[in-house]
Amino acid sequence: MQELVNRAKELLADGTVVRVLGWKAGDLPYNPEPAYFTSAEELDNFVYNGFCGANLSKYMIEASKLEGKTMVCLKPCDTYSFNQLIKEHRVDREKAYIVGVGCKGKLNIDKIKEKGIKGIQSISGAEMSDACDTLTIQTLYGEKTCSYAEAMLERCHVCKGKEHMIYDEIIGESKDTKDAERFAEVERIEAMSPEEKFAFFRNELSKCIRCNACRNVCPACSCRKCVFDSTKFDTAQKANVDSFEEKMFHIIRAFHVAGRCTDCGECSRVCPQGIPLHLFNRKFIKDINEFYGEFQAGADSEARGPLTNFTFEDCEPSIVTERR
Amino acid sequence: MSIEKEFRPKIVAFCCNWCSYAGADLAGSSRLAYPADVKIIRVPCSCRVNPMFILRAFQKGADGVIMCGCHPGDCHYSTGNYYARRRMTLLFSMLDYIGVENGRTRVEWVSAAEGVKFSTTMNEFVEKIHSLGENVRLEDLRCKN
Amino acid sequence: MFKIAKENLSALFSKIAENNELILPVKVANQTNFGYWSEEADVDLDTLKTVKSAKDAFFPQSENLYTCTKEDKKIKITPEELQSQNFVVFGMKACDIKGVEVLDKVFLADPVDTFYAARRAHGTIVALACHEPEETCFCKVFGTDCADPVADVATWMIDGELYWKAITEKGEALTKAVESLLVNADEAKVEEEKAAIRAIVEKLPYSDLSLEGWNGDVLMEKFDSPVWEELYKPCLACGTCTFVCPTCQCYDIKDYDTGHGVQRYRCWDSCMYSDFTMMAHGNNRTSQMQRFRQRFMHKLVYFPANNDGMYSCVGCGRCVDKCPSSLNIVKVIKAFENQGGNE
Repeated sequence: MQELVNRAKELLADGTVVRVLGWKAGDLPYNPEPAYFTSAEELDNFVYNGFCGANLSKYMIEASKLEGKTMVCLKPCDTYSFNQLIKEHRVDREKAYIVGVGCKGKLNIDKIKEKGIKGIQSISGAEMSDACDTLTIQTLYGEKTCSYAEAMLERCHVCKGKEHMIYDEIIGESKDTKDAERFAEVERIEAMSPEEKFAFFRNELSKCIRCNACRNVCPACSCRKCVFDSTKFDTAQKANVDSFEEKMFHIIRAFHVAGRCTDCGECSRVCPQGIPLHLFNRKFIKDINEFYGEFQAGADSEARGPLTNFTFEDCEPSIVTERR
Repeated sequence: MSIEKEFRPKIVAFCCNWCSYAGADLAGSSRLAYPADVKIIRVPCSCRVNPMFILRAFQKGADGVIMCGCHPGDCHYSTGNYYARRRMTLLFSMLDYIGVENGRTRVEWVSAAEGVKFSTTMNEFVEKIHSLGENVRLEDLRCKN
Repeated sequence: MFKIAKENLSALFSKIAENNELILPVKVANQTNFGYWSEEADVDLDTLKTVKSAKDAFFPQSENLYTCTKEDKKIKITPEELQSQNFVVFGMKACDIKGVEVLDKVFLADPVDTFYAARRAHGTIVALACHEPEETCFCKVFGTDCADPVADVATWMIDGELYWKAITEKGEALTKAVESLLVNADEAKVEEEKAAIRAIVEKLPYSDLSLEGWNGDVLMEKFDSPVWEELYKPCLACGTCTFVCPTCQCYDIKDYDTGHGVQRYRCWDSCMYSDFTMMAHGNNRTSQMQRFRQRFMHKLVYFPANNDGMYSCVGCGRCVDKCPSSLNIVKVIKAFENQGGNE
């Protein structure tokens, strides 16, 4: 981390960048927040550890509108989002100095708390210099340990790899934390009967409180005015007045990002109700791969997305019925 | 005391202006019958059909939604229906994924000359929806009486 | 003071549910929220904090106000019926109960909100003391004692037994109704538990948070402080903090076209949203900084100014737990302290 701070200070000092976009230490061991730094003194609060899960590509949309260059810290998976945003002309490559930061998997505090670990006072083992295999947690109720992998975000279990897709320089080591099949969960649901599928999603979606965190954190959801915020649209954007609305919102939101979603997993990370929202996006990705050929959004900043493209031989919609 | 009301499905058909709507017209002028349960909404091109339209139709009480457009290759705007095809494929797959009965949605390509196809398609579709019954998985209770 | 063994709780719940609707923490798809009790419900009294607060029981996220339908050439308006069924909210924590006090200030003040008033009149609150408070809790800062909650009935879960103490008349009535299931108990164990909880509260990292400088009289200096410009930046403008909050009370009123009529309903609003307080002329808060500031100014300055110094934050710590960007009211209070925004 010190290397990262030193480099940031250098870049600020020599005028390459006018601000640094990274993470600021929080007041609890696990709540660093995305932050801008404009001076060497401010950088004393800079932090980069296992809890820095936020995808800063989203913040680059706003940072691209500011005067001067921004140094942005992007993890390997965040760089996919950045590429995708370049393709959509939502960020300005010239305004960004991309430091690819190493990543050994990011942590989900809820996973730790689910293990009954509460009253957390400090957590060690989550620094980038650590081996990242065990976390030691001091709590009001005694010392606890937790395996790093078990506390990881869902997305890290299906890691896309340790390569940065776009960067100006790379600082720090990365680790491929993949230990599960990306589409395994989707396949499990596909194999269910319609009744089971319906019950599964009804249960999950009934928790939705329409806080819109999934939408607001999503780098692909970068519309200036979301269709769900339109006053002309007579369905409520802030409450699921009828259970239909939660289905409408999540299907349409996933559809709007289909072919553009890089599967960065931010939606599932931020959902206060722990709804596995990635299951929607991943279903679209899986279908796109099957119907129109393998496609990874954000692997580059040029390729045409699957929904803005076609071939004469595309399958007919009836394939949905036929393949069952 | 209640009289069991016969189930009359509500079907929404999105028809493109250039082919399918003309096909429906031809079916009419050729006196080919199709159930009155089908309500046609004319759209400039099948590509105009936003996935939201389909969900909206269900929300407002439809039991089945069918989209008709020009045959691939015959689109008035050259390529509109190719995009529509991809979109509807993905949407239908998603609806299937969340447990909505297969068959409540359908896409059929109907040209202006295919009055017969239009009428048989609609007859088939209405029958299918009859067998599936009322739409409850994508209903909005506020819109039901 | 009475007690009941944990195994007998489902009998207690059935008994309560005979004459009341029963709302209590229920686990659905791995998350615990307040919900209606049924034989099949997965009741979860172990989770300290439900994701959403118990606010829904009195002020639901959305509720219908009236329905308009057309009859011949006339429009018929059917107002929604007020709550008339008695209900019990079981397992509310001290912070959430304090949240209800805050809501009372808003909805029971003139003009009285009849929907809310009816629910308050028919609702009985059974509080549950916080067995093991967590690091995100800071109710002590607002003078709440989570070891000794004040409601219609207070309960403590100690070693597999629920201790039960009626406090108000409503509480006495409920106790009478379920008396057959309760056995007499002495208070010694409860006192022990209270002391244990208070000892933990003392050690919580936020318990010494200072609210100095936050009151109803500091409106302009706080409002104009440059600190906000920095603080709001990571905010994503989602409504998580608002919707999990036990005291946020802003709502929006909307019409829904059902195809055969109109339903007028109200639903929670969030000051984080771009259409918050949208009017015909547009919006009077045009930037996220202003919207962000609104939330904290409301809780810590405007509300105390209008309600004899009562803050509209109760220290439940849900925003601390749930904010996607790890922002929260504690960070705001601390930032003002550190950056001299309090002078």
